[in-house]
Amino acid sequence: MIPPRVAEVETSARENLRTRLLEQAPGLVAVVHDQAEVALVVGRLQPPLAQHEELVAHVDEGHSRDAAAQLDVEQAPVELECVVEVAHLEHDVVDPHETRHGLSIGFAAMEPAIELDGLERRYGERLALAGVTVSVPRGATLAVLGANGAGKTTLLRVLAGLLRPHAGTARVLGAELPRERWKVPGKVGYLGHEPLLYRELSGRENLAYHAALHDVGSERIEALLAAVDMERRADEPVRDLSRGMVQRLAVARTVLHDPELLLLDEPRANLDPAAAERLEPLIGRESGRTRVLVSHDVEGALAESDLALGLKGGRPAAADRELYR
Amino acid sequence: MIAAARAILRKDLRIEWRTKESVPAMTLFTVTVYVMFHFGLDRDTLDGELAAGVLWVTVLLAAVIGVSRLFAAEREQGGIEGLLLAPVDRTALFVAKAAALFIFLCAVELVAVPAFALFLLGPGLDGALPELLAILALGNLGVAAVGALVSALAAETRARELIVPLLLLPLLVPLLIACAQATEPLFRPVAGPEDLARWLGLLTLYDVVFVLVSVAVFDYLLED
Repeated sequence: MIPPRVAEVETSARENLRTRLLEQAPGLVAVVHDQAEVALVVGRLQPPLAQHEELVAHVDEGHSRDAAAQLDVEQAPVELECVVEVAHLEHDVVDPHETRHGLSIGFAAMEPAIELDGLERRYGERLALAGVTVSVPRGATLAVLGANGAGKTTLLRVLAGLLRPHAGTARVLGAELPRERWKVPGKVGYLGHEPLLYRELSGRENLAYHAALHDVGSERIEALLAAVDMERRADEPVRDLSRGMVQRLAVARTVLHDPELLLLDEPRANLDPAAAERLEPLIGRESGRTRVLVSHDVEGALAESDLALGLKGGRPAAADRELYR
Repeated sequence: MIAAARAILRKDLRIEWRTKESVPAMTLFTVTVYVMFHFGLDRDTLDGELAAGVLWVTVLLAAVIGVSRLFAAEREQGGIEGLLLAPVDRTALFVAKAAALFIFLCAVELVAVPAFALFLLGPGLDGALPELLAILALGNLGVAAVGALVSALAAETRARELIVPLLLLPLLVPLLIACAQATEPLFRPVAGPEDLARWLGLLTLYDVVFVLVSVAVFDYLLED
């Protein structure tokens, strides 16, 4: 039995646990869960830690959106021990049935934002999702990868409460779907293939409409129009705008109500690099929100995510380029 | 719920004002049908049962156009998803859609009824106008409640252009009978509103029943 090598990390007010972990162990590879189908990607360790080596983080206080830090809100500031199992993403398979190897260990003290266990969804006879199991801690980003028709969008729609799961269990922000679906609206920002904007209305009118549905004040609309750089074109009908502009408005619509969870389906589609960069504070990692990110950009998605879920034919698969072959 | 319904209604009216998809089409349809009756029946004037029947059948057929388009923007531009993602009572959507259809019907009748009087109606409407307005209001309310329900039901189906008339018109038969019977005395050469209260009562009952049924089942229509 190899004695565990332990590193301790302490974070203080508004420091991100993840950032501190990376400072302490800048090459940390991943936390592997359930036969490498899901991985908490933290960074890359040179040289990598051996299997069963551990990294222990002590968190005093943190960012309000940080999964670990939220514990401090509910309890007196205590040392939260975050144990992160380390393994090679592609080579080492950690026994998921051994509790200390579970993905949730790193954020065990928090209820995950998303918990799926054997999720299944069909369209008629066709199985769109099967056996999807994943746990996403609050504040983490899950990258969902897969070829066209792999079930990525279906997964997002199930998480948004737009589709009901047909088997397995699904918990989103503490709400069990579909029984407690009513708890989800308002907490989720969904950016899908469709912008969910009315073509005949202007950007400002669209945002005002969604603001009314979410009981959000008009000052938030103006702030978001500025954030997505759409102030000058905000009064033109959406049908007259370019696809990139519509996508920027769709992002503003997605975060209008300051959702805890972002469900992003190719969020940078149609955006030029400058626009994509501009939207980072709203939908990127620095937003501090829990995110589920669907993308075909494997390297890009993995780089900005903590976990990765590959889907092939609706079933979990290793999150790598093989998904597209 | 009221604030959400108001927001949805305001949005629907704004879109209709800009696209002019429903109300002009419904209005043109009614006027065209009255002109066709005018020439088809080869009569300059109608009165009594025939006049009431022509007025209401035409209005209800025009309503089919409005009902078919009622959820078009939601269906084509993801509006239903936007609503389902908001913490809004789904009843707000029904209330807003029914209110929008009610307003559309009223707008259509502002043109259709004078056109009907001009092309077909023998007796004048001067003395019977308040009663006719009451019947039209109750009739529109019933059409709006049933229409919003049917439109939501058909919205996610492929053959919605078929489903809307097939579902809507049979459900509107009791309303048609009540409206035509209530209107008929007003269109007699010598007006006699002896049965008006009875038919208005029936119309009110129809409206109450269908509003309640629609509110009760509307949630389930939006379920996946």
